[in-house]
Amino acid sequence: MSERLLSVIVQDEPRVLTRISGLFARRNFNIKSLSVGRTEQRGVSRMTIVVEGDDRVVDQARQQLEKLVDVIRVIDHREEKYVDRELVLVKVRIEGPDQRVEIRHIAEDFRARIVDVGRRALVFEVTGDEGKITAFIEQMRPFGILETMRTGRIALTRGSNAEIQSQRYAPGPSQTLEPILPPSPSSKESV
Amino acid sequence: MNGADALLQSLIDHGLTTIFGYPGGAVIPLYDALTARPEIRHVLTRHEQGAAHAAEGWAKATGKVGVCLATSGPGATNLVTGLADAMLDSVPLLAITGNVARHLLGTDAFQEADITGITLPVTKHNYLVRRADDLPRILAEAVSVASGGRPGPVLIDIPKDVQLEAFTGSFCPPRPRPSVGTVSEEYIEQAKALLRGARRPVLVVGGGAQEASFEITRLARAWNLPTITTLMGLGIFPAADPLWLGMPGMHGSVAANRSISESDLLIGVGMRFDDRVTGRISGFAPKAQIIHVDIDASELGKLVRTHLGLRGEASDVAARLAEGAEPQNLHPWWEKIREWKGRQVAHAAWGAGQAIGFLCGQLAENDILATDVGQHQMLAAQLARFQRPRRWLTSGGLGTMGFGLPAALGAALAAPDCRTVAIVGDGGFQMTMQELATLKRYDIPVKLAILNNSYLGMVRQWQEMFNDRRYSEVYIGESNPDFGILAKAYGIPSWRATDASELAGTVPSWLSCPGPALLEVVVPNEHAVFPMVPQGAALSEMIEDDPAAVQA
Ligand SMILES: Cc1ncc(C[n+]2csc(CCOP(=O)(O)OP(=O)(O)O)c2C)c(N)n1
Repeated sequence: MSERLLSVIVQDEPRVLTRISGLFARRNFNIKSLSVGRTEQRGVSRMTIVVEGDDRVVDQARQQLEKLVDVIRVIDHREEKYVDRELVLVKVRIEGPDQRVEIRHIAEDFRARIVDVGRRALVFEVTGDEGKITAFIEQMRPFGILETMRTGRIALTRGSNAEIQSQRYAPGPSQTLEPILPPSPSSKESV
Repeated sequence: MNGADALLQSLIDHGLTTIFGYPGGAVIPLYDALTARPEIRHVLTRHEQGAAHAAEGWAKATGKVGVCLATSGPGATNLVTGLADAMLDSVPLLAITGNVARHLLGTDAFQEADITGITLPVTKHNYLVRRADDLPRILAEAVSVASGGRPGPVLIDIPKDVQLEAFTGSFCPPRPRPSVGTVSEEYIEQAKALLRGARRPVLVVGGGAQEASFEITRLARAWNLPTITTLMGLGIFPAADPLWLGMPGMHGSVAANRSISESDLLIGVGMRFDDRVTGRISGFAPKAQIIHVDIDASELGKLVRTHLGLRGEASDVAARLAEGAEPQNLHPWWEKIREWKGRQVAHAAWGAGQAIGFLCGQLAENDILATDVGQHQMLAAQLARFQRPRRWLTSGGLGTMGFGLPAALGAALAAPDCRTVAIVGDGGFQMTMQELATLKRYDIPVKLAILNNSYLGMVRQWQEMFNDRRYSEVYIGESNPDFGILAKAYGIPSWRATDASELAGTVPSWLSCPGPALLEVVVPNEHAVFPMVPQGAALSEMIEDDPAAVQA
């Protein structure tokens, strides 16, 4: 399934996260990851949402998001160049001193930092794009991963423009709009 | 001045001076403040659901925001059905609820319900007010959200101590209606090119075009377009116009459904391709290019393949499409349509169809007709002939039984110069019949007709047609009350008709009686509504007439 990256700038109101996750659940949109944080502006938060689904579904999700009163702006990163990063914490089991050296070598290749040193475990912090993170986790797997936590992707548009207008859907015959619902076998409906 | 006062002042500032409500512990400060506000008319219903539907009736009849008020907990949850109804039918509704004091929020306090949580999916937006000083700003925003763009319900939840808190803020003037921006000329030209090229066009108008009746009529006439109005759009285009083909969908007219199925261009304005309208979506207008005009961008391309999606005001787009029209030669198309228009369901000499046809025939152009949900609703939608918008009040999207009586009550108060008639089923009537007391108390002149077929008729029809007549829990005749005695108990005059001549004899006095009046129309029990598109079938597969009647 394809996925798309949306940044959603929202009013930092109570329940705003519930509104957004509820909207996705209610309308059967799939969230792969969602991260939220405050922004440089007071009262404004920013979310990066990775939505799974084909273009029609994600376009619909975006338009539904734009209707929410607390949503200030939706940025579709398909239309805007962006940088994205993910951060992960990985706790790896250590059996002996040899392993310690080997693991450190791998970590250096990934520019992973050790953030906690235990007698039997090390905790690494790695930042990067999704591919790098996944590759690091795969490299560590043989040693025995005890726990991981990923932040989910976060993204910003490139360039100096901080006031990116959300691109509204531009109606036109060039882009016939395909419905989001696949024709489903007739199911029992209600009176 | 406290929060409660500030709220009432803000309501007055916004011209919202009729409130349908029901008191309780968590709104006592608001009710107390009401006593000093003669400008505000509070209408005490007998159930909060009644208050919500009455506010909807008010809003549907006027296009303005309807207001309802309830206490915390059970009062608030009783509003939920009305909110969901308003959400699906895009009705501008403002619901105000009380809640427990701020320090008790989240503690399962007495009569606490997380109503902002509960109503999240059935409101356009909702607010939990945390400071009295925020009230004017929140109210101004709420009214703007409820009425702006695609209208819908908004809820404001006010903890009791916020109602009592000293108000030191300032008031906000009403906000101007937010503009949606206009559709660029390029797209209007593209739409016109499609219109010029079409040989079998149809115009389908939904409830979203309520404010565009004039422009829609011009558009249809300018291009000589066969025009169909959905259940929610009835009255936006005058039924007396020969261009009108009726209603589409599950119980739509032969002409509407056949012409959609054969059309090569379908222009949908302010409608949303609901499954009750489209039938099986893959079989909907299979030969047509679709132009869809809606104020809500998320509707464009949501359900059907759309060749030109125009986000804008219905009135603006329709007016511009009408300008410089180049009507085409549609003779062969109109020939076909005339033949379809000739195919009408034959109603028995006495029965639900005949009775509702007769009642609808008595309506004047300015009368308002409200219905409940079921067979009587579909029959009224098929048989009534509306010439103006905002004269037809029905629950479309949610199909809420119990809507009819309270909605009529709200409309009658909103439009005292119009006569308001309600047709309800014997089943749905009993869901909100407590509002007879409200009719009586305020002497609201709703003319209420109960179509008594002793069944939950619409469900019975489905069980007859699709479940081999295995009637399951749909007979209510044995325990229906005596509706005449019931009316009398409330002090409301009543009439009863059991055949066509009795109906003709009683209707004049029922309709001309000054206050509220009830008419029970007893009809043969097992009748079905046709035409019908069975569930899962395409519009073209409609059953045009009652198979039983056709065989006989
Ligand atoms: C609140 C609610 N409950 C159940 C239904 C399902 N339902 C749809 S029509 C109908 C029958 C309505 O019967 P009645 O009010 O007697 O009207 P009739 O169809 O006989 O005209 C029912 C039960 C509904 N629409 N709304």
